[in-house]
Amino acid sequence: MTIAVIDYGMGNLHSVAKALEHVTHEHVVITRDERRIRGATRLVLPGQGAIRDCMAELKRSNVQGLVQEVLTNTDKPLLGICVGQQMLLDDSEENEGTTCLGFIPGRVRRFNDSMRDDQGHRLKVPHMGWNRVDQNHSHPLWHGIDNGERFYFVHSYYVDAADDNSVFGTTHYGDVGVHAAIGRGPVFAVQFHPEKSADAGLRLLENFVNWEP
Amino acid sequence: MGLAKRIIPCLDVDAGRVVKGVNFVGIRDAGDPVEIAKRYNQQGADEITFLDITASHEDRGTTVEMVERIAGEVFIPLTVGGGIRTCEDIRTMLNAGADKVSINTAAVHNPDFVYEAAQRFGSQCIVVAIDAKQVSKTGSPSHWEIFTHGGRNATGLDAVEWARKMVSLGAGELLLTSMDRDGTKAGFDLGLTHAISEAVSVPIIASGGVGNLDHLVAGVLEGGADAVLAASIFHFGEHSIPDAKRYMSEHGIEMRL
Repeated sequence: MTIAVIDYGMGNLHSVAKALEHVTHEHVVITRDERRIRGATRLVLPGQGAIRDCMAELKRSNVQGLVQEVLTNTDKPLLGICVGQQMLLDDSEENEGTTCLGFIPGRVRRFNDSMRDDQGHRLKVPHMGWNRVDQNHSHPLWHGIDNGERFYFVHSYYVDAADDNSVFGTTHYGDVGVHAAIGRGPVFAVQFHPEKSADAGLRLLENFVNWEP
Repeated sequence: MGLAKRIIPCLDVDAGRVVKGVNFVGIRDAGDPVEIAKRYNQQGADEITFLDITASHEDRGTTVEMVERIAGEVFIPLTVGGGIRTCEDIRTMLNAGADKVSINTAAVHNPDFVYEAAQRFGSQCIVVAIDAKQVSKTGSPSHWEIFTHGGRNATGLDAVEWARKMVSLGAGELLLTSMDRDGTKAGFDLGLTHAISEAVSVPIIASGGVGNLDHLVAGVLEGGADAVLAASIFHFGEHSIPDAKRYMSEHGIEMRL
């Protein structure tokens, strides 16, 4: 029983691995090795920074084909986090348009820089900090987590999924409804960072580890 | 509005120990950073910042170990500042489990370092610390400049322009400290906070001068800060983080309670 955190060269994977180790006795590896990824019982697809770089590194590290294959041909549970969520969509507005994995229909859009709050202060981009996630549909990964619970976000682009049935959580920032949690079959993906979201985040990771889709 | 304003306790660390400790009831050794981080997490701190004031290079290894230990037990964002001068320093701290690093003097000496760091690690983990002091005369429009070395050395750099420049180079967040107010308990420099918060798109952490809970409220409502950082009012038991959050919430500020 191994959980593989897919390492394709983008971002800080240690936080995710440490949080997983905190909630499970299963073996957690950070890897890009094809054999280990295929052999793992669960996968975590993280991602930080620019999505074009993430997609490019995914391709360059020869992991893209493998991830595509896992997504289409297996029922292996996969958790996408942050840009790891965004990459599951069709494409992103970031970097003058970036083609993504196309597993969940929809787009990744940018927040408008000129949003203001009730006091008239600028709403900052990135959207950074603790925000509420409303649970659109029930899902095993929400088990034991309150509807409206806060999670930690840091992002400038957000998922706008085409099909409401794939949206499991929505977060409001300014006039935007961010699709903060999306899913399809054995795949669940979140914009926020469960590994940095205190007890609620650990609970979500624990639910993922125990999930039998 | 759903996004909560953040409260960030800041701890000074010397060779892996929290300087002067923190006054929590029931903790035997209040200098242990892991115990302190856990306690602040239980109290509902939204993030934790460590400022490494370790003088000797050799002792910095203990700071890295400290970050590793905390990151294995406390699952909220952790920022490490102080002595971050190279991409290697950043890599070391991120690998140890820090989520963000705060760059201060190195940005003043070499602004391109901020660009290089943001390109390599992503803006989300690059905080630029800005230490500013008011230099305008009474009666004339407010004007602030960047100072280094704890407010002793003037750089001649305009603080608002500098903030814009740091963001254009890739800073994902700014930690703004008023050197006039730091340690005074007279409250944040709200004019400075507001000027910079309006000038840039990224979140601003206000710091320097917090003496009571009204100062935290003013930092957000008048200064436009996205987060407030404080040290002594939390460390010495004057106020707890739940008290501060409740108070801010009663004043109409969205908080994570």
